[in-house]
Amino acid sequence: MSDLFANLHYLSFSDGGWGWNLLRGLASTLQIALGAYALGMFIGLFGALGKLNGSTPTRWLLEIYTTLIRAVPELVLILLLYYAGTAAINHMLESMGFRPIDISGLVAGIAVLGIVQGAYATEVIRGAMLAVPLGQIEAAQAFGMSRWKILRRITIPAMLPFALPGLSNLWLIVTKDTALLAVVGFSELALVTRQAAGSTRSYLMFFLAAACLYLCITLISNQLFRYLEKRSRRGQPELV
Amino acid sequence: MQWYWVAEYVPKFIDGIIITLQLLSLSIFFGMILAVPIGLVQVTGPRWLAAIARSFCTVIRGTPLLIQLWLLYYGLGSLFPLMPEIRESFLWPILRDAFPYAVLAFTLSVAGYEGEVMRGAFKGVPKGELEAARAFGMSRFKILRRIWLPRALQNVLPTLAGEFVLTLKSTPLAATITVFDVYGVGSIVRQETYRVYEPLLFVAGIYICLTAVIVVFFRWLENRVPRPA
Repeated sequence: MSDLFANLHYLSFSDGGWGWNLLRGLASTLQIALGAYALGMFIGLFGALGKLNGSTPTRWLLEIYTTLIRAVPELVLILLLYYAGTAAINHMLESMGFRPIDISGLVAGIAVLGIVQGAYATEVIRGAMLAVPLGQIEAAQAFGMSRWKILRRITIPAMLPFALPGLSNLWLIVTKDTALLAVVGFSELALVTRQAAGSTRSYLMFFLAAACLYLCITLISNQLFRYLEKRSRRGQPELV
Repeated sequence: MQWYWVAEYVPKFIDGIIITLQLLSLSIFFGMILAVPIGLVQVTGPRWLAAIARSFCTVIRGTPLLIQLWLLYYGLGSLFPLMPEIRESFLWPILRDAFPYAVLAFTLSVAGYEGEVMRGAFKGVPKGELEAARAFGMSRFKILRRIWLPRALQNVLPTLAGEFVLTLKSTPLAATITVFDVYGVGSIVRQETYRVYEPLLFVAGIYICLTAVIVVFFRWLENRVPRPA
């Protein structure tokens, strides 16, 4: 226990301290999480629309997508999509006569986690859209709104209170799933921490420090989502 | 796609499946045992105990499982060799292995997530039933044993299948601390055969099958347990 605190200077921001490295790792973690979350929301929104209104083959494809993604461990998916995805894109580029490109870890990480998030978001948003009373949609149609306008003005705002609890959960999951990218060698918070811990040999302290940083993200996000949820429920009766 | 290696590695994969299932069942078993008191003290316990239980759930649910696993294995694991009392004790051969650390990490994780669920389950038991039990003169412990706990467990049964699947999907993390579960065996195959995708696809297939077995089993179990009115 005593050497846990004797090595505290390793966390400092001065020479020989790993403070800046940890913060840089935290920054890339947040970057990936935000990017993947946005991509996941995008896939989720159109996935939900496809599942609810799409043709039979679309619905089948989406069903296979969400089922497979949710049944396979994230770690396996990340490795599969990371290696297979970059290889497939380069293969395609080569066959079209372009030179292969070097896909940055950031883009690959965002794409991989976004595809995983998309499967869960599809289910969350689909459920929320089903909870919107049909009469509201019919009223909008009676006003002659186009489908796009109905989506933007009625469906999305009306489903938000139902979707937000699930969506906030997904955000917490994606911030924690970024740690899995350490396994494919992307230097986000978890990998930086591991390198720092390995080279200073104070494993306990560094992993505790990283856990604190992740916990801070969670606690701050919780407050933010609580506010958003309250705001989206304006004018609705209180939940018991 | 080349699959010539499958026959050669089948025995290893079977060992891997056994390790995965051991990890899964041990951590859910101990995790649920921990989750019951964690949920209970948040509903009825003294305020300080409830605060401890609540912060435990927050910390477990707020940090990545990978970090928790590395914290236990590398962090605690690096302290033990420094203590001669432990090094010379009978515990040392166990503590040197990675498997117990993985079980401990997953157990705490299950306890954190399921503790929160149990809190809701204890709260969800109708007050009238507990009052009726008290009116019969049952002691507090008897109420818990005969009414409160069975009713709460009945409430969480539908969530158990989900918890099993989630835990199954996090077990491959154990491979990062040298536990050779299904995923770990897949990594060995990748290193030895230089095939990149086929072993990963094979591993993914095994996990899909295990998930399907869990889902079907719990559907069968739920049909056998009488539903709460």
